Amino acid sequence: MIQQVENPVLEVHDLTVSYDKKPVLWGIDLSVPKGAIAGIVGPNGAGKSTLIKSIMGLTALSSGYVKIFDQELNEVRQRVSYVPQRESVDWDFPASVYDVVLMGRYSKIGLFKRPRKADTEAALFALKQVGMDKFKDRQISQLSGGQQQRVFLARALTQQADIYFMDEPFAGVDAATEKAIIQILKKLSEDGKTVIVVHHDLQSVSTYFDWVIMLNLRLVASGPTDQVFTSELLEETYGGKLTLLSEVGELMKKGQYPSRDKQ
Amino acid sequence: MNLETFIEFFSLQNPNVRYVVLGSILLSISSAIVGCFTFLKKKALLGDVVSHAVLPGICISFMVSGTKDPFILIIGAFLSGWLSIIVLDYIVANSKIKEDTATGLSLSVFFGIGILLLTVIQHSGNAAQTGLDSFLFGKAAALVGKDLLAFSIIATVILIVVFFFYKEFKLVCFDQEYAKSIGLPVKKIELLLTSITVLAVVTGIQAVGVVLMAAMLITPAAAGKFWTNRLSIMLLLASVFGAFSGIAGAYISYAAPSMPTGPWIVMILSFIAILSFFFAPEKGILIKLFKQRKIRNQLLEENLLKSFYKIGEMNEDFTASRSNEELIEIRRFSSAQFKAGLSRLSSQGFIKKENSTWSLTQEGLQKGMRVVKLHRLWELYLTKYLRIAPDHVHEDADTIEHVITPEIEERLEKLLEYPEADPHSSNIPYQ
Repeated sequence: MIQQVENPVLEVHDLTVSYDKKPVLWGIDLSVPKGAIAGIVGPNGAGKSTLIKSIMGLTALSSGYVKIFDQELNEVRQRVSYVPQRESVDWDFPASVYDVVLMGRYSKIGLFKRPRKADTEAALFALKQVGMDKFKDRQISQLSGGQQQRVFLARALTQQADIYFMDEPFAGVDAATEKAIIQILKKLSEDGKTVIVVHHDLQSVSTYFDWVIMLNLRLVASGPTDQVFTSELLEETYGGKLTLLSEVGELMKKGQYPSRDKQ
Repeated sequence: MNLETFIEFFSLQNPNVRYVVLGSILLSISSAIVGCFTFLKKKALLGDVVSHAVLPGICISFMVSGTKDPFILIIGAFLSGWLSIIVLDYIVANSKIKEDTATGLSLSVFFGIGILLLTVIQHSGNAAQTGLDSFLFGKAAALVGKDLLAFSIIATVILIVVFFFYKEFKLVCFDQEYAKSIGLPVKKIELLLTSITVLAVVTGIQAVGVVLMAAMLITPAAAGKFWTNRLSIMLLLASVFGAFSGIAGAYISYAAPSMPTGPWIVMILSFIAILSFFFAPEKGILIKLFKQRKIRNQLLEENLLKSFYKIGEMNEDFTASRSNEELIEIRRFSSAQFKAGLSRLSSQGFIKKENSTWSLTQEGLQKGMRVVKLHRLWELYLTKYLRIAPDHVHEDADTIEHVITPEIEERLEKLLEYPEADPHSSNIPYQ
């Protein structure tokens, strides 16, 4: 069941992404309404992170396009924020919590310039929102997993964006952090912002998200949680691996076929 | 050390000394600063590739121009160094070859071509070529005015670029994907970083040579990282280490003319790095050893007090005097540790010595009792919440009893509802 919406804030159209010619996402077509807290679920290797990365322009598309607020990403970048996976960086980097959070303001500050008062205050405010203001001067190498995740969230919050993409913000965090994060997400949604989250834990899906995107190399479902999050669709997402699809993908990699025949 | 030479050197009266000192400082600082970023980007070997890859550029410049003018040679060196990085990145992006292999490939192919050209030049009979091979090993002690001018310009360019792009370099080194996501021109910033790395290598190589250049980039950064967790301070420290080694290297080769400048700069840098490795606060080896020792002492002392308490429990008299034999019977301590531990406990006021026997003070009794309590609480916790069999919990509790903080102690007591006995029906004592 794939439900398309009127006036979506995010529209993914016929998106195919390949690594080394092997498609890892096949023809994804989906749209997400304003103010949704959407969870992307699916088994390991289903392409959840890849979907977010390709929306953020971090992975090249083999076909299709992405529109955010009905525009190209580059037109609306100031309104879009991305929270990478916590493990994607080296936390031994010489920086304090405050330094990292301030990075969220770098594009607003502009090249060559130093942070202004507005930027430092935005960083401090974001730290307060995630409950890390006491750890402002802490070295990032000394943070727990949950604290690291809060720092990443605070960095994204300083961008004052209208849509947030988060890659596994609940992975490896303590219960208190999980609760704090979900409260922030709910608040963002109340303020009319849209949040799209890669998620692993099926148990919390129906309490956390009002929109669910189910993925396993292809889009299985996208729609309101109460309609989409059914045992039948879960079975289809997690149970049946489409072996035919994987085998064709391997063949494409082997022969280095282009994903779209350009003539 | 000869005082006269020392004064002669540091008064900088001799123009040759001035050139060498200033040149060494400039190139040490610029490579140290650039090195910090390549180090943090985990591209420590980049400097090694570039330093080997500049050789063909230098040779071609010489063959084309016929002179050893530093500016002309630097242009050639810069271009071929830069090309090696482009080739390296291209191989990684467009083939299945992994980065380490591509690094080796790029380095050796460029260097091979360089050596080939150098041999051709040396056999060409061109008299102007003598000294061109100094690029292989450096010639810091023979720097002249024109070299210094070239160094100064390049060092200034590097410092200005780092000053203006500090925050962009920082973000790109820390989290490249995020940098892309907020719309920073990451490719261009990386290109800029690569360019100043090549510039730093091109200057540095004239002083220390191809082989030691990587050390000029990486060693100050590695040493600086031991002392701080702030990028700005790390850059500052790396520059100070670099500058100090530059001066010291120049001085050593001045005081002992048979000593080469470049290798000495690297030697001193390495020495600073080793010192940092041992003595840095928090991250140094010594402080770690010291902390481990402190923990070992804590374990010993608490175990001794526990033994006192257990004997007291058996005899229903906690403050009576105990002999060494009685204590050792409860738990085996090595004799050296045993004596040292007892004397520390007595100087801390937890036990008293009477003749050759020992007795607990009130404070010692409290402390011993707490350790026993924690041991038994933890045993109970393990059997109740982790379903571990009662005969398997003792060893575990023997460690954890020393780790538990007063806050966890309180939570444990509440969780287990102030139990009276542990899984082996031993009494859990409360104060």
